[in-house]
Amino acid sequence: MTDALPKPPSGGSGRLLPPDTGRDRPLFLVAAILVFLACIAALGARGAWVQAQAWTSDLEGSLTIQVRPVGDRDTSEDAARAAEIARGLSGVRDATAHDRDHALSLLAPWLGEGNLPDDLPLPLLVEVELDTATVRDGGIAVAAMQAELDAAGIAASVDDHSRWAGAVRRAARTAQTLGLSLLALLAGAAAAVVAFAARASLAARVDVIDALHLCGAEDRFIAGLFQRRFFMLGLKSGVAGAVIAALVSILVSLGRAPADMAFFLPQWDAAPFELLLLGGAPLLAGLTAAISARLAVVSDLRGRW
Amino acid sequence: MTASPHSDPEPVVRFDNVGMRYGRGPEILRDLSFDLPRGSFQFLTGPSGAGKTSLLKLIYLAAKPSRGLISFFGRDAATLPRGELPDLRRSIGVVFQEFRLLNHLSVFDNVALPLRVTGRKRSDYAEDVAELLAWVGLGDKMTALPPTLSGGEQQRVAIARAVVGQPEILIADEPTGNVDAEMGMRLLRLFVELNKLGTTIVIATHDLQLVRMIDAPVMTLSNGHLHIRPPRSERQRHAEAREADGREALDSVAQAGRPAGNRVSADEGEDGDD
Ligand SMILES: Nc1ncnc2c1ncn2[C@@H]1O[C@H](COP(=O)(O)OP(=O)(O)OP(=O)(O)O)[C@@H](O)[C@H]1O
Ligand SMILES: [Mg+2]
Repeated sequence: MTDALPKPPSGGSGRLLPPDTGRDRPLFLVAAILVFLACIAALGARGAWVQAQAWTSDLEGSLTIQVRPVGDRDTSEDAARAAEIARGLSGVRDATAHDRDHALSLLAPWLGEGNLPDDLPLPLLVEVELDTATVRDGGIAVAAMQAELDAAGIAASVDDHSRWAGAVRRAARTAQTLGLSLLALLAGAAAAVVAFAARASLAARVDVIDALHLCGAEDRFIAGLFQRRFFMLGLKSGVAGAVIAALVSILVSLGRAPADMAFFLPQWDAAPFELLLLGGAPLLAGLTAAISARLAVVSDLRGRW
Repeated sequence: MTASPHSDPEPVVRFDNVGMRYGRGPEILRDLSFDLPRGSFQFLTGPSGAGKTSLLKLIYLAAKPSRGLISFFGRDAATLPRGELPDLRRSIGVVFQEFRLLNHLSVFDNVALPLRVTGRKRSDYAEDVAELLAWVGLGDKMTALPPTLSGGEQQRVAIARAVVGQPEILIADEPTGNVDAEMGMRLLRLFVELNKLGTTIVIATHDLQLVRMIDAPVMTLSNGHLHIRPPRSERQRHAEAREADGREALDSVAQAGRPAGNRVSADEGEDGDD
């Protein structure tokens, strides 16, 4: 028994917490799916914001003057005059008077083509483009433009699109809030799933916990074991989920179709923010899993003496 | 319950009217008051189900008493802050009745566990662990997994794990139940060596052979109560005193504070022993 000089076995120490593949695989799958959905929700929220940004800047960058037909006045002449007046105002880059055909083409979707008598008086539109600097400073005085038109005796009304821009912005905000709430819900679900799994894994490994606890291991030592394990698990699920989300959004943006999906997903070619988001997702998943596992383990250990 | 409690000014463990029950069950241990003096060695016996393991659980901080006071090194365990319990546990080595080895870890890793949880590096303790394993006859089983070992081998792993951290208190629950007489002797000698180095030792056992081998007090549990039989040498001193002066014998017994019935039952237990 004591004949040979004892030599400790070479190699490192065995893992105190053995991997638990039977339990880990479904958890990995669920977490990966949650991360995938969270990524899509985040990309959607981001996409809605970018779209709204583009649309409102279009709407805010222009005005529309509607010239009404009055008595025997020549509406096209009035429209041309209105465009001229608009061009004369500071902050206006250009103004274009549209003709009767343009008005008819706008009505065609509702009334069909050729269904209107030629002598039916129609209002004409003047499109006014604003300087970028003017838009940034809050647009031009609509009232001043209206006054000029009134003074020229033109029956016209100026529309600065603010009603539409407001509606688009509200819709975008709603989509964004929805996306972010979805994100929060998914994060909550992920945390709950991990806490549940951590408790299950704790129960399955109660022999290890008991042995460590009675050997004098501190709570944080034991919690650390579970925390590290679930961090790795969350990280791996996160990578899987984020990669799939990236693939899906790349496919959508490459094919540019179906269009209603592309509406929610970003244009892939210029998207540093989206890349950052997808890159950060695994880390966030890992942290969520680690924190959630730690809380579960610590609360269990607190129940012991 | 035996009196004579609390002679040591600061015992490593002191029980004061301790009672214990599991859940809403009956009280398994009742009114236990005793000291484990520093550096003492005692056996704990009693019929199966008497509560030996339960009493040991109280000593190794795996269970709380349902009433009474337990103090370690002069400090009430119930009021110890949670952060100080790990250190206290590290000073108590335990050989569990059912070993509680971790089946996924090698023999070496199992034994190293108490050192590992303190955050020490493997290179720090590897030699000591290997030496200890060789000493208990498991030098060639260091990389084996516990399920591949015999019962006796597992028991020796459990003992090595309990002593590797050089605890101040060593609790052993049936530590020789699975080994032959020779290995039992060898393990007992290990406990005696540790005791000589100052470790306070409690060994729960059914093995009267083992108990007879050492001149140590024997704590006996029955019906929830504890009786303590002093070591043979002390009893002999009393007997001699009784012979020397018959009239003073009663005083001597009374001074020791032990009811006569206790001594009688102890003597009965000894019939044919020596
Ligand atoms: N975890 C538990 N929950 C409920 N009752 C328990 C528990 N552990 C032990 N008991 C009961 O407490 C009593 C004492 O058990 P204990 O294990 O302390 O006895 P023991 O003296 O160690 O017996 P043995 O010599 O067989 O090991 C028994 O009646 C047992 O049924
Ligand atoms: Mg027992």
